Amino acid sequence: MLTDQSKFLLVSTLLFLIGLSGIMLNRKNIVLMLMSLELMLLAINFNFIIFSFFLDDIVGQIFALFVLTVAAAESAIGLAILLIYYRIRGTVSIDFVNLLKG
Amino acid sequence: MYLSLIFFPILSFLFCMFLGRSLSPKGTAILSCLFIFFSFLECILSFFEVGICKSPVFIKLYPWVDSELFDASWGFLFDSLTVSMGFLVTSVSLIVHIYSTVYMSHDPHQCRFMSYISLFTFFMLLLLSSDNFILLFLGWEGVGLCSYLLINFWFTRLQANKSALKAMVVNRVGDLGLALGIACIFLIFKTVDFAIVFSLIPYACNLKLFFLFFNFGIVDLVCFLFFVGAVGKSAQIGLHSWLPDAMEGPTPVSALIHAATMVTAGVFLIVRCSPIFEYSQSILFFIALWGAITTFFSGTIGVFQNDLKKVIAYSTCSQLGYMVFACGLSNYSVSIFHVLNHGYFKALLFLSAGSVIHALHNEQDMRKMGGLLQALPFTYVTFFIGSFALMGVPFLTGFYSKDVILEISYSKYSFLGTFTNWLGVVSVVITSFYSFKLIYLVFLSSPNGFKRTSFLVSEAPFGMGLSLVLLSTFSIFFGFLTKDLFIGLGTPFWNNSIFILPSHLNIIDSEFIPIYIKWLPFYCTLIGGISSIVLYHMLTNNLFFCYLNNVNLRLIYLFFSKKWFLDRLQNDLIVSFFLNSGYSITYKLIDKGLIEFYGPSGYSKSVVFLSKLLSRLTSGKINFYAFLIFVFLVVTVSSVCFVNVFYFFVEPQLLFVFILCLII
Repeated sequence: MLTDQSKFLLVSTLLFLIGLSGIMLNRKNIVLMLMSLELMLLAINFNFIIFSFFLDDIVGQIFALFVLTVAAAESAIGLAILLIYYRIRGTVSIDFVNLLKG
Repeated sequence: MYLSLIFFPILSFLFCMFLGRSLSPKGTAILSCLFIFFSFLECILSFFEVGICKSPVFIKLYPWVDSELFDASWGFLFDSLTVSMGFLVTSVSLIVHIYSTVYMSHDPHQCRFMSYISLFTFFMLLLLSSDNFILLFLGWEGVGLCSYLLINFWFTRLQANKSALKAMVVNRVGDLGLALGIACIFLIFKTVDFAIVFSLIPYACNLKLFFLFFNFGIVDLVCFLFFVGAVGKSAQIGLHSWLPDAMEGPTPVSALIHAATMVTAGVFLIVRCSPIFEYSQSILFFIALWGAITTFFSGTIGVFQNDLKKVIAYSTCSQLGYMVFACGLSNYSVSIFHVLNHGYFKALLFLSAGSVIHALHNEQDMRKMGGLLQALPFTYVTFFIGSFALMGVPFLTGFYSKDVILEISYSKYSFLGTFTNWLGVVSVVITSFYSFKLIYLVFLSSPNGFKRTSFLVSEAPFGMGLSLVLLSTFSIFFGFLTKDLFIGLGTPFWNNSIFILPSHLNIIDSEFIPIYIKWLPFYCTLIGGISSIVLYHMLTNNLFFCYLNNVNLRLIYLFFSKKWFLDRLQNDLIVSFFLNSGYSITYKLIDKGLIEFYGPSGYSKSVVFLSKLLSRLTSGKINFYAFLIFVFLVVTVSSVCFVNVFYFFVEPQLLFVFILCLII
């Protein structure tokens, strides 16, 4: 029983790490970054669902639904910002997104 | 009275130093003379009360350092030793003050000069009257400081600067010895008070100090270190080279500090610590040996010097040697008696020389003098008295102490006694040789100076003349009048201030030596004087001829006139080594290297460096920020886990500090 749970958790962790490394190692594209962000959110969702299943608690699944909604909204906003950013800068390459530097 | 005796000179210093401008040079001169005169009067009174009436005075004025066991207080002790030396110091100081009001009257810095010599008098009195080693050390360092300031008085002269530095540095060696000795005393006795230390010395005879694989007898060690101090201050061979160079200072300074008082501080230290020295047989032996060698050594150099003041300086060295070896032979009272006598006639010699130099407009080379008998008859007389007293001509001051020193050295009946006696007697010949040489070359020979200066020569003004007369009086009568008081057989004058182990007492033996031994110094004086006159008056041309033609003779002359090449040896072997290592190791490697690197500039540089490193973190790259966030999350989360695990073993604050350190 416990081993099963850990296998599921391993999958979700792997998914999360893939998303994380997608953010950290990606030097090309902001779209890619958004996608890996989605991936991380999905991994978290997956976690919620796994635990709600194993603990027999429906709240986790409801929470996952909420997260999905929020993620959709957030990615919509992100894409919108990206679009405007592209219009202004003419590129979506990360190498040139260093406006944060003081 | 006893306190004001010490503090009058420092009042004089303060007035002259800080109010000198408003008081005018003449005002400061009168004021400082007046203050020193008061001090002198009180010293006479205290001499009467303490010395004659035998009531030593102890004054605990105020605690200075009071920390657990270590207590050094402003405590003063007036015993026979203090008052007899104090009498010398204040009287010579008064006379020199009077002298310098005239001698320095053309100097724009006269106020400064008067203030310095007053300060010197204060420190000297402090040194004499202290009742613990720390206060003695304060006085010791203070007189060293004043010596430096006064040698360097004409500070624009390079030679004066160099001499002053030399005096300071060479004296540091001796001071180190004294300081270490005091530290040893404190280590053993846990006190620096004279009374306690001296009374406990017999119990410390068998104590050993284990240090760096060596076992030192503690009394021997302390005595040795004190003697190193005395060697530095009293210009014994080895650390003597600063004294002749100190003649760069004004002549009154040479008279007061480098002849009469300060240089005798080393002898005073030995006499003051006689209860310690008496228990150290080996160091006493060493002292006597060293003093005798110094006597002979500086005498031989003095013969071959051409500078008027340098000759007298070397004779000072030589006389100091007499005093020191008298101490080494456990005849402290004789030594102190010689200190007193020597103070007067040597001050007289120096002041007369100053008068000559003053008259010749700062000409110091004896070869350019001559024939001054006609121009300066009065100075000639005083110089003559001073020289005769120095030579130990019977019934002048020097005779009473010098002959006694030679007699006691003869009556020691050991290797040491014979050795010191021989060197002492030979030095008598040398002393009278160069004294007559001085008199002859300066006053009696045909004039060798420039015509221009010869016209301007004039006799000493009233102030200088007065001080010369006073000193001459002392030089003639002091020894005769006070002989029985100071060194008379069984005199009770010293009551407890000097301690001599009964087995070392030999002043009685000296009464029973053969009569021809007693006459020997007198004959030696005659021989020296006559040979000097004969050589310089009749055989001058022959001497010069020999010097030109005989290479060996020239080499001998060179050997002595270059001070036995001892200065050269010192410079090449010791000084250059220390100078180089001081520059390359302590200065370049430690001061400018390690301390700078790990100290202030290192810190400021590392702050800049680290902040640059930190600012590189804000690269502006999103993925890098993401990476940082991730790393920090991992560290925080895991540390929280670890905190839960190690909570019972490790202080959380410590852990926080540790993590901070890791991050940095």
